Amino acid sequence: MGFIKKLARLFRSRAAIRQLPVGSLTVNRDGQIITSTVSSTYPKSLLDEIGHEVLALFREARAAQLPLAEVSVHFGSLLITARELRGGTIIFLRPQSVLSQPPN
Amino acid sequence: MESTHKILILDDDADWLELCREIFSRLPSRPEIRTATASSRALGLLDSEPFRLLICDLKMPRMDGLQVLSVVRRRFPGLRTIVLSGLEDEEFRSRAYALGVDLFWLKSDMQQDSKMFLDCIESLLGRDSDGGFRGIQSKGLMDIIQMECLSRSSTVLRITRGPLVAKLWFQEGELFDAEVEGARGEAAFRRILAWKSGTFENLPAEPDRERTITRPINALLLESAQAMDENANPATETQFFDASHRKLTWKLSLLTREGAEFVISAPPEGHGEPEAFGVQASDQLAGWTRNSLEIARRLGETIEAGPLSHIAANGMEKQLTVLAHGKKSFLVGWPLAADANQLLEQSKKLVASWDS
Repeated sequence: MGFIKKLARLFRSRAAIRQLPVGSLTVNRDGQIITSTVSSTYPKSLLDEIGHEVLALFREARAAQLPLAEVSVHFGSLLITARELRGGTIIFLRPQSVLSQPPN
Repeated sequence: MESTHKILILDDDADWLELCREIFSRLPSRPEIRTATASSRALGLLDSEPFRLLICDLKMPRMDGLQVLSVVRRRFPGLRTIVLSGLEDEEFRSRAYALGVDLFWLKSDMQQDSKMFLDCIESLLGRDSDGGFRGIQSKGLMDIIQMECLSRSSTVLRITRGPLVAKLWFQEGELFDAEVEGARGEAAFRRILAWKSGTFENLPAEPDRERTITRPINALLLESAQAMDENANPATETQFFDASHRKLTWKLSLLTREGAEFVISAPPEGHGEPEAFGVQASDQLAGWTRNSLEIARRLGETIEAGPLSHIAANGMEKQLTVLAHGKKSFLVGWPLAADANQLLEQSKKLVASWDS
């Protein structure tokens, strides 16, 4: 069998790996997601996790007498920017690529 | 001694593995090819045998390629890694490179650039038959400087330690200038010698550069070695005071020069007291620094967002940068007027100098 035919046969689709979340969400002070523009295919449990952990960042900062208006968490592949909203938060999720602007 | 390198290929498609085995076994270095269809099997093989290179697919059931690569990066830091994937997505390419892979290649490109791909693999395998030496890994900076002097080199030694860059100028084996972080001459030389690790390269000589060092290199090396010994093991109260005073003065001058308002250095919980300059309530802030990095790392692992770089935050009166350096966590406070685009680089430099 030819090399190209072998390759073509091998490129059939298989189980997908998880995409990174893109979009924004607002979370109230209790950690409940109020609105979200993140794709509905992204697991809600993970969005809840993001909301809770971001709220924890703001909460712990307040406890350390360091109230914050905005927090950005820079990962290798994702930038999470969160703004404080009267105890809740609005979170922006933006995947990072080699073409992205350098992180601030 | 093993004469051939081993390559491990991980893919859930047995046909693909067979094809790869056929292709890679024809490489000029004739590597030994091992294959695995499951991540657990691949990790088991890596535990039991020394491999030079791991070639890994991304889309796999149960444990995907990115998860495998994050485990491999932690457990086998010396292993070279290639992602060979069918996913034509820039995001996955970035995520793979963020995990430290050496090469990301599309399976579909193999048919077009197969020769280039095989060349890349051959280069990553680094054939022993090429001969020569690579790197000087177990030598200190003093040894390297002495080597330059003994060989009567005329060169500029550029030394890099994270974001910090230092230069030493030699002319016919004589050191005549040094520069680091705004300091020049003997003061810079002493500062550079305190670095414990880094990389170096030789640049062309600059014989016309102004001379700032006049004393012979042996005298400088001896004096620096004594100073470092005294700093590490102060024999008298006066030496202890002098060493602490020098460190304090240096750190305050760093803070001022970079324009930061405060710095907190927090060791892991239970491993000593935090060190703080320019701020009160350091225990509380050190706790927040540690916790916020921990929260971010945990979140990053859960959502597979790649390694944590840093956290940037805006308070009412300050901009903050939180980052890890070695085992310590650092919080750097900057005035609101500081240029946000420069803060990460400035914080990295400050932290690297601080901890040296």
